[in-house]
Amino acid sequence: MKRIVYREWRLTPQRYWGLLAILAAVAGLGGLAFLYMEHEGHWVTGMTNQVVWGTPHVFAVFLIVAASGALNVASIGSVFGKTLYKPLARLSALLAIALLAGGLMVLVLDLGRPDRLIVAMTHYNFKSIFAWNIILYTGFMAIVIAYLWTMAERKGNPYTKSVGFAAFVWRLLLTTGTGSIFGFLVARQAYDAAILAPMFIVMSFALGLAIFLLVLMLSFDQDGRPFGDSLFFRLKNLLGVFLGSVLLLVLTYHLTKLYGTKYHGVEAFLLVSGGVYTLMFWVGWILVGMLIPLGIIYHPVLGKDRTWVASACGLVVLGGLAAMYVIIVGSQAYPLEMFPGQTIIASGFYDGVNGEPASYIPSLPEFLLGLGGIAVAMLITAVGIRVLQFLPESLADEDVDPHAAAKA
Amino acid sequence: MSMNNSSEKIDRGRRSFIGVTAGTAAVAVAPGVVLHTMAGAAPRSEAVTSDVRWGMLIDTAKCADGCDACVKACDDENGLNLQIKPEGEGDAKWDQQVAKWIRKVKLQDNATGHLTNLPLMCQHCEHPPCVDVCPTGASFKRADGIVMVDRHTCIGCRYCMMACPYKARSFIHEVVAEKLTRAPRGKGCVESCNLCVHRRDNGESSTACVDACAAEGHNAILFGDLKDPESPLSKALGALPSRQIRQDLALNTGVRYSGV
Repeated sequence: MKRIVYREWRLTPQRYWGLLAILAAVAGLGGLAFLYMEHEGHWVTGMTNQVVWGTPHVFAVFLIVAASGALNVASIGSVFGKTLYKPLARLSALLAIALLAGGLMVLVLDLGRPDRLIVAMTHYNFKSIFAWNIILYTGFMAIVIAYLWTMAERKGNPYTKSVGFAAFVWRLLLTTGTGSIFGFLVARQAYDAAILAPMFIVMSFALGLAIFLLVLMLSFDQDGRPFGDSLFFRLKNLLGVFLGSVLLLVLTYHLTKLYGTKYHGVEAFLLVSGGVYTLMFWVGWILVGMLIPLGIIYHPVLGKDRTWVASACGLVVLGGLAAMYVIIVGSQAYPLEMFPGQTIIASGFYDGVNGEPASYIPSLPEFLLGLGGIAVAMLITAVGIRVLQFLPESLADEDVDPHAAAKA
Repeated sequence: MSMNNSSEKIDRGRRSFIGVTAGTAAVAVAPGVVLHTMAGAAPRSEAVTSDVRWGMLIDTAKCADGCDACVKACDDENGLNLQIKPEGEGDAKWDQQVAKWIRKVKLQDNATGHLTNLPLMCQHCEHPPCVDVCPTGASFKRADGIVMVDRHTCIGCRYCMMACPYKARSFIHEVVAEKLTRAPRGKGCVESCNLCVHRRDNGESSTACVDACAAEGHNAILFGDLKDPESPLSKALGALPSRQIRQDLALNTGVRYSGV
């Protein structure tokens, strides 16, 4: 097996600057959307006192969850000693940082008082999982940057395994924290479930890997680097395993909720009568986000076709956004059950009169802010791989696969 | 010139009149101001203690269908009716975004069809989920049991609104043009019923909703000290069967309901 050589992304300047211009424009639109919402107040969004977290949170939580998952490829190499994955570790870590930065940006810019970020950094309520998440996010950034340093700097190489292990443990804690933001909410029928933490972890495996594969395939394709089947098949099969795991946990979550009568209301809403949320669940998340990609990945012909697999990754991303929409918005749209056995027939504050769910219509600025977060993540990645040595020169079988190399 | 002279004469006349009036008023009002300051001095200058725990008992049997006197009184007292719908905002959406501290709810029992009316607001839990989840500690509980938001440290994340089992909190979605000194309000922060905390700090004995309900002759809301066994509230709680909304969450709410 050859020594791994990393090289900057050799895209033609026209393409590179063109890509940056597009990403900067989308990020800029997100920035303008933020300024508009910040100046006017949240009344210009679709968010209300009934649905308090909307589209920005869908994008932010999606990006944060995907960020921790994007680091998995590096962990497989450093922590679990799979040499095949080692050439991918740098990109994996960079993508993790970039996605987290994009997600956090959206989260912060949607605050009612984003100017008080310093307050959030200096006042901690340690009983709040949200406060812990602030520490987990900043810690993740620091550890992954250190991890990148150990990989890129020869003096740091001896520490790669230990820092990589710390990063792996930290990312599990981070996603546990993100899932617990919802899992700890005892008041809401759709939350209040410990399984949300592991569910978010396996979702992060799948979403992070899908985005990683897309970025890897696109960047390699653009400057004609070889990407052998050996690694490609492993990565896409791994995505299949992750998707299967998500399915299992989603099934367990809903079966657990369905078993006790007291949750039948919320389950009927999410799975049967919830309108757009039911559609998002079955079509967006389960079908488009998991079953169709699984079908493609394990199809004897399509599963070998890179375009099809890339499409499957794209569907996983869309499904992930649909999942977040159901988990975050759908769960709020279902009215709080305050009076079991009684129906609220009139209320001055939308308490689900006659079971009516809370309405939420996403607004354009919210959507643009969310897209801006994705653009920022991609911008960091594009600049990173262009100016620094993140991408391996080759992922051809004979260069990375010890078995293929031995055969040759 | 002549016009100026005449106006000067008029001015002199007004000035002496104003002077005499102000002097008389000062003499008349001063003792009252001193007394008021003395009465208010104790609660304002001393730290709030846990010797009291403010709470309420709402007797739903007395809460009248169609009456919203408590809601209107709260709106007046806390300046909620000063919120202005932003230009270009639809009525229906604004109604979902405007802050409300208290609302009337009408329930029907699924099995029996029995109707119940009640006011619903922050329940001032002993273990408030909104305080647990607040990342900065802006959502806090005073020693006297009042749960409220410190508007200097609220970052507007709305996690407390996600956590509240009673949907008692409101987010300020719009630019605030006018507000009352006793109830400060700002765009991008969260707020909710604080049991008329300014009245507590002034040593007054009730809340706006309680007064309004009494003025209507319903007396459905009783306010008082849960820790004082001799308080009318404690005695009423001893006499009437009551429960907490979402009692299963074991939050030990300060607001109790009878007949729910």
